[in-house]
Amino acid sequence: MGLRYAPLRPLLFVLAGALLILVIAGCSSTDPQSTFYPKGPAARDQLNLFLLIFWLAVAVFVVVEGALLYAVIRFRRRKDQTELPKQVHGNNKLEIAWTILPVIVLAVIAIPTYITIHKQKDPPPDPTGKPIMVDVVGHQWWWEFKYPELGIVTATEMHIPVGRTVTFTLFSDDVVHSFWVPKLAGKTDVFPLQVNEGWFVADEPGTYFGLCAELCGLSHAQMRFKVVAQTQADFDAWIAAQKAPPAPAPAGLAARGATLFATKECVLCHTNTGPDGEGVQASRARAFENGGKAFAAPNLTHFATRKTFAGSIVDTNGESLAKWLLNPDNYKPGNRMAQLASVYTDPAKQLTRDEIDALVAYLLSRN
Amino acid sequence: MATIAYPIPGILRRPTSTAGVWGWITTVDAKRIGVLYGVTALIFLISGGAAALVMRLQLAAPDNTLVSAGTYNALFTMHGTVMVFLFIMPINAAFANFLLPLMLGARDVAFPRLNALSYWLFLGGGLLLHLSFLTGGAPDAGWFSYANLTEKPYSPGHGIDYWILSLQILGAASIMSSLNFIVTIINMRCKGMSFMRMPIFVWIVFIVSFLLIFSMPVIAIALVLLTADRFAGSHFFFASGGGDPILWQHLFWIFGHPEVYILILPPMGMVSEIIPVFSRKPLFGYRAMVLASVFIAITGFAVWSHHMFSVGLGPIANTYFATATMLVAVPTGVKIFNWIATVWGGQVSLKSPMLFALGFVGLFTIGGISGVMHSSPPSDLQQTDTYFIVAHFHYVLFGGGMFGIMGGIYYWFPKITGRMLSDGLGKLHFWLMFIGFNVTFFPMHFVGLNGMPRRIYTYTEDMNFGALNMLETVGSFIMGASFLILAYNMWKSFQGGEKAGNDPWDANTLEWSIASPPPEHNFDEIPEVRSERPLFDQKHPELAHHPPAAHAAAAHHGHRHIHLPAPSYWPVIMAAAVTIAAIGLIYKNYPVFGIALGMVIVTLYAWVKEPVFAETKE
Repeated sequence: MGLRYAPLRPLLFVLAGALLILVIAGCSSTDPQSTFYPKGPAARDQLNLFLLIFWLAVAVFVVVEGALLYAVIRFRRRKDQTELPKQVHGNNKLEIAWTILPVIVLAVIAIPTYITIHKQKDPPPDPTGKPIMVDVVGHQWWWEFKYPELGIVTATEMHIPVGRTVTFTLFSDDVVHSFWVPKLAGKTDVFPLQVNEGWFVADEPGTYFGLCAELCGLSHAQMRFKVVAQTQADFDAWIAAQKAPPAPAPAGLAARGATLFATKECVLCHTNTGPDGEGVQASRARAFENGGKAFAAPNLTHFATRKTFAGSIVDTNGESLAKWLLNPDNYKPGNRMAQLASVYTDPAKQLTRDEIDALVAYLLSRN
Repeated sequence: MATIAYPIPGILRRPTSTAGVWGWITTVDAKRIGVLYGVTALIFLISGGAAALVMRLQLAAPDNTLVSAGTYNALFTMHGTVMVFLFIMPINAAFANFLLPLMLGARDVAFPRLNALSYWLFLGGGLLLHLSFLTGGAPDAGWFSYANLTEKPYSPGHGIDYWILSLQILGAASIMSSLNFIVTIINMRCKGMSFMRMPIFVWIVFIVSFLLIFSMPVIAIALVLLTADRFAGSHFFFASGGGDPILWQHLFWIFGHPEVYILILPPMGMVSEIIPVFSRKPLFGYRAMVLASVFIAITGFAVWSHHMFSVGLGPIANTYFATATMLVAVPTGVKIFNWIATVWGGQVSLKSPMLFALGFVGLFTIGGISGVMHSSPPSDLQQTDTYFIVAHFHYVLFGGGMFGIMGGIYYWFPKITGRMLSDGLGKLHFWLMFIGFNVTFFPMHFVGLNGMPRRIYTYTEDMNFGALNMLETVGSFIMGASFLILAYNMWKSFQGGEKAGNDPWDANTLEWSIASPPPEHNFDEIPEVRSERPLFDQKHPELAHHPPAAHAAAAHHGHRHIHLPAPSYWPVIMAAAVTIAAIGLIYKNYPVFGIALGMVIVTLYAWVKEPVFAETKE
């Protein structure tokens, strides 16, 4: 008998070793995208539901695979077996039993599922009575966040106060995207025709990673963003900074950059004078679809308050900005700026090293 | 036939020789068409597999720059499309073509020329898809090609056009062969073979054929609308013109979910043939297996929006689709329990076909369980579009589909070629594939739950996806190496493998009652059956419920001339014309398009006017 089990032994070692590696390598609380460490009620309910299903799944796995392995090992054909085994064609009682049994297991999954669907249908009440509203707009390949009640338009980093209910609408100006902050909530798709709605609450201050989860073209992998959850006081300070009128460019390099920003046609797509007007981004998006030279682009009025740019994959500093301006494809393949802006498409209008330095100085002064 | 009422122009005469390359090109023999399907599918498997390995290399380390974003998008699009439409579907068709007439006790399928046309169209569609690579613009919007990314402003090249038209051709080929199989099964069963005595594999081909003729038209319509958008400036999916990209998702998954069952049911059928033979017991609960397959097929049309829980269809729709999806687990569970019960109390020989079949049951179970895990919408919102889903459907389509298909290859290869594959090499193949598969795909569950989305060509180091991705890449190359063993095993078998004889596995179904490889006319005498195990009844008359009729062979001894359908030139010509028309359309070269379409019509005329039999010299 012992010999017959022998081929399975290395397999068990491989499986046990693999599981160990997975647990060590797979799930750390510091992993920015992990779904195992929720920081808000929406993600927590989703995780609890997942864990219930997971443990049931483990039980089913052990029973079924155990039965299979047992049957294969126990009923191996021996050399002396020439007679046929009993020719059993079926067993109605057994078959009815293993039709009904899964139904019961499924009911255990289905009922909490319905409860959670119902619970997550509407946002929880906000402690102040008035949730924070954010309009999330997906663009190829960056995220725009508008706060219609606060008169703020920003990109790449969404600021929210902790403990407050944040309700958002989602809309795309081009192709289909999907909005996902694993530690706060699951995904909501972002469509150009249908306006979707969602909500989350952050329990504690922190920076939570998010990304686009629906294939949206070349730089899909670089369409990330961050949600910055702050205390109410920090959030109010952020609002004040965002609502401040654009600071005049300091004299010298930055002032030269301000001029270049206008003359090099940056302003065709980027606003630097406060929030974009209603419909401006949409009309840029339509222009692109009709073969024009514009595309919806991040508002740069308070660019330097954002810690990251280029789909939140690059830290905002002089060096990375210069590399970006030299060739945006360095960070985001296929991005619309390199494709459309005349400073990249027309060799005669190419930015010089000095011009790039001036633009960097100007952008870093946009506090 | 000598008696033809009207003179036939030379060009319409049917070819008379079945020898050589031309014999294969003009063949209408279902067995030969099955072999063509199988060989072509295995060649396309190399293409789809190579794409997967390059993707695994790219993802092995963070911030890798082996391939560009554009190339990577093309690779996963080609990998998905090739594996679904050019490997699993045609290799299933290969088994169906070869085995259906043999299992039914028939001489051929109902429409032999249509059968040939299906194959040549499939080849044309497959080559067309690959031509996009050579012309520098492979499709890059995924095998699901969600609108409106596929619209002109966002996908200006020819890649999407190649994808649309090759799928359209492949779909037409599938519908034709499905109609053919349905008519064959209804009309050409041998004496005594009632529906409930058909081998389970035949049942499944029957069910899958219905799935195909109901689901393929849906994707065909979606593709026509997308063609109109791209070629004629309409706005079916173009949001700024008022079109709805979500419409594409509904249409795609109304096709796409049944498609999953189209892929997985035939390997289930193969496994259901293999396990009883190597357990020396009948299939446990034959009727329940048939009913479960029918139930799975019908439910397949009622669950499509579980691919779309994040779309925002609302709580009522999500509740319904969650419930319907969970219900699929019930008949699927019945199947798994019945397979285990078939083994239970039997005498199991772990020959290579059986190893792959048991691998199917074990791994498909994992895919089934993870399927239930994301049937719950709130939980799925964290899992959808992550590597958790990639792990899930590879456990279904590779752990299930590929292992089942490999079991089928090891099991029926002796019948097809007349020679055995080496069992030792087969076992080595199995264990390498089993280990490689699990090392590749099991960690994907974890990396997915850790937040790695699908379809990204790179990731940054701070995401902590690197270690598991490296492990997956190692596993994928172990898996790739296992296929080299299969290739070597086949080559060795052709070089002089052990002769198979009629019935090397002590099997139950009619194909094992005749020579390996079977003669062109299959059966000297059409058999008569009394149960779903006709060959078992012959070998064990003492156990049969109704003893088989004293075999007819003695009574009708004399050789009779058996009329078989003659070969034809027209299927391959028509398929070529259709493919050329598609190329003309892609490049808006309307003269080429028009001439090729004209050629299709001329071919149709010749097809109709062709005599039923070749003129013989007698």
